[in-house]
Amino acid sequence: MSLLEVTDLQVSFPTADGLVQAVRGVSFGVERGRTLGIVGESGSGKTVLTQSLLGLTPGGRISGKAMFDGVNLVGLPNNQMREIRGKEIAVIFQDPLTSLHPLYTVGWQIVEMIRSHERSISKAQATERAIELLGHVGIPRPRERVSDYPHQFSGGMRQRAMIAMAISLNPKLIIADEPTTALDATVQAQILDLLLRLQQDSDTALLMITHDLGVVADIADNVMVMYAGRAAEKATKRDIFYQPHHPYTKGLLESIPHSSAAGDRLIPITGQPPSLIRLPPGCAFHPRCAYVMDRCLSDQPGLVAVGDPNRAAPASMGYSDAAQPTSDGLGGQSWRTLDEAPLAAPTAGSAASPGPIGDHRSACWLPADATGLSEKVEAVRVQAVEMGRTGKAAKIAEAIAAAPESEGSVIA
Amino acid sequence: MSDTSVQPFPTEESLGDDVLVRVDNLVKYFPVRGGGLIRRTVANVQAVDGVSLAIPRGKTLGLVGETGCGKSTLARCIAGLIPATSGKVYFEGKDITNLPRRAMQPYRREIQMIFQDPYGSLNPRRRVGAIIGEPYAIHKTATGAERKKAVQDLMARVGLNPEHFNRFPAEFSGGQRQRIGVARALALRPKLIICDEPVSALDVSIQAQVLNLLADLQADFGLSYLFIAHDLEVVRHVSDKVTVMYLGRIAETGPGNSIYDHSRHPYTAALLSAAPAADPDSAAARQRIILTGDVPSPIHPPSGCRFHPRCPKAQELCSQEEPALEPRAGDPASHLTACHFPVEAGEILARAGRRESR
Repeated sequence: MSLLEVTDLQVSFPTADGLVQAVRGVSFGVERGRTLGIVGESGSGKTVLTQSLLGLTPGGRISGKAMFDGVNLVGLPNNQMREIRGKEIAVIFQDPLTSLHPLYTVGWQIVEMIRSHERSISKAQATERAIELLGHVGIPRPRERVSDYPHQFSGGMRQRAMIAMAISLNPKLIIADEPTTALDATVQAQILDLLLRLQQDSDTALLMITHDLGVVADIADNVMVMYAGRAAEKATKRDIFYQPHHPYTKGLLESIPHSSAAGDRLIPITGQPPSLIRLPPGCAFHPRCAYVMDRCLSDQPGLVAVGDPNRAAPASMGYSDAAQPTSDGLGGQSWRTLDEAPLAAPTAGSAASPGPIGDHRSACWLPADATGLSEKVEAVRVQAVEMGRTGKAAKIAEAIAAAPESEGSVIA
Repeated sequence: MSDTSVQPFPTEESLGDDVLVRVDNLVKYFPVRGGGLIRRTVANVQAVDGVSLAIPRGKTLGLVGETGCGKSTLARCIAGLIPATSGKVYFEGKDITNLPRRAMQPYRREIQMIFQDPYGSLNPRRRVGAIIGEPYAIHKTATGAERKKAVQDLMARVGLNPEHFNRFPAEFSGGQRQRIGVARALALRPKLIICDEPVSALDVSIQAQVLNLLADLQADFGLSYLFIAHDLEVVRHVSDKVTVMYLGRIAETGPGNSIYDHSRHPYTAALLSAAPAADPDSAAARQRIILTGDVPSPIHPPSGCRFHPRCPKAQELCSQEEPALEPRAGDPASHLTACHFPVEAGEILARAGRRESR
């Protein structure tokens, strides 16, 4: 069983302007010792999703289920949540300067963290442990730096201190919310390296939230792409990058500048993300989608298994780093054929599946075998779109084709 | 220094391009003052320390470096927003360094800036039409209906709906706000636009829209860009020439492809290897050079080569003698590197790859 198993999580916030539907029915699982990357643009609900798991979204209406090590986190009383938050599930936030208290020393903050969960430990022991942890995350001269204030640390060191705090109680799960976004590339490399090393040492599960596909390509095992509060596509890292099915995933990959095509025109996604108060009917991506069909305007697609059913198990396709044997035997088992996968089951966490994200699922009406970026697959997509498009969808498609780079109209 | 004295145009330009802006040995120190009554200067933050570069006309010079390397300070000195401590900035051959306000005015029309934060760089209480029309008001070039027409033309040009003339910035998304910033910069038909991290705050799909817009405008108006970014793939995409800065100095400069495919400075190599590639196979195959430690303080930069305390190739000479910025053996004359022991082709600087240990 997965360490964390989220089923049909929904989070909404009542506001004066209407109900903000931040997360609309998301299911996923994270295994021990593995990394799930959650990718999405600003406002796709990725941060709210993880904060709601920890009871950090006051005012939000949360429904669904989130089983963590046998405990349902949704609706957990505050005193029980406090036992889990920080101890069992640690969080590393994006901005290390605002998440450290400026008036207390770094060491004091780590000691407080340890002592609030382990009351029997003495202050001196906790300080010793803080020093050890700071050394462990690569801060030079930890014995001196432990009594420094956050402003005396550089950005990378602050993030290291945050990581030291996060691992101080040997959590089973670390949620890292854009942990390297505020850092320079060379420091980002150091931090990602550190996270991977710590994960190997202690078999911690890592939930990595980011908008940077480069970070995901680097450290994730599985990836969930979110759009407008829903999972657009879930798959192993390689499937997401090399066999994308959802046009949004494909659009994200195509809009990144690539070294092979320096100077060429970039291919952006038309328009902008929708308001979470007034979501488009049907598939929320349809107003920006070049493959829009009639049914996309009215029917919301479920997250179903996609991919080529005849594809061989990719044992020798460079899975070596993703296919570490894990305690539940998921290692190496990264692909199941369509026959085995429960079709049309948006809540993927059925008991029969070894891991809900081991397979490739996408919420799009395009044919299930239309995965990948090759011309042949593109022909399959175009053919399907021509069949499925009359009247209104054709108009949207025309508008997108006419102004592929427009930003769309003003929100509000 | 006389105000607008015509300097002989530099002839030794390496690229052979028509040069729009030339920066010669520019230095910008920010004084650090002590306590006490007199507030005497006790040290200097050496933000930019002797940088020379040339921005070719109608092309893009990419400026890369980490936080605190002085790239934004350099840009602000070129735009005349802050005075330089020493050194010269030439615009079309004329010395515009530290000109008095009135003498600088005509050059302000020629050099415009686009800023990183599309939220912070627009006044939230002014209407978009007024924001984009402000340059016309300052330079008294268009008024009334004429100005409104010009503003609406600009809005249409950058992909905004001209009917949204009367809206406030809060009604626009991040990408649209960046387009407003672009329209404002474009209003006076400048020759140079300094783009300081113009797409860093945008999501990738929107980032591509803005980068394409900048490319179109360059083609239409013959603009030159000084493009500052920390995202190396973005810089590679837009730049003809790339300059890498480290701690107030240029580490390496040259044509984009040359810098990216044959980087000679170990710092450039480390930066490139650290940049996350959105491709799992190349991410796994890459030999990442993990630099140890942090960027040293620009108040007390290291002796000799400023990169030597973090450099995997550092030798004794590096801490004693500052390397000159010059073409290294086998490089084209336009590719300059400030390193005593430049990276050779095929040389691997990475320590034991972390993938092996996995």
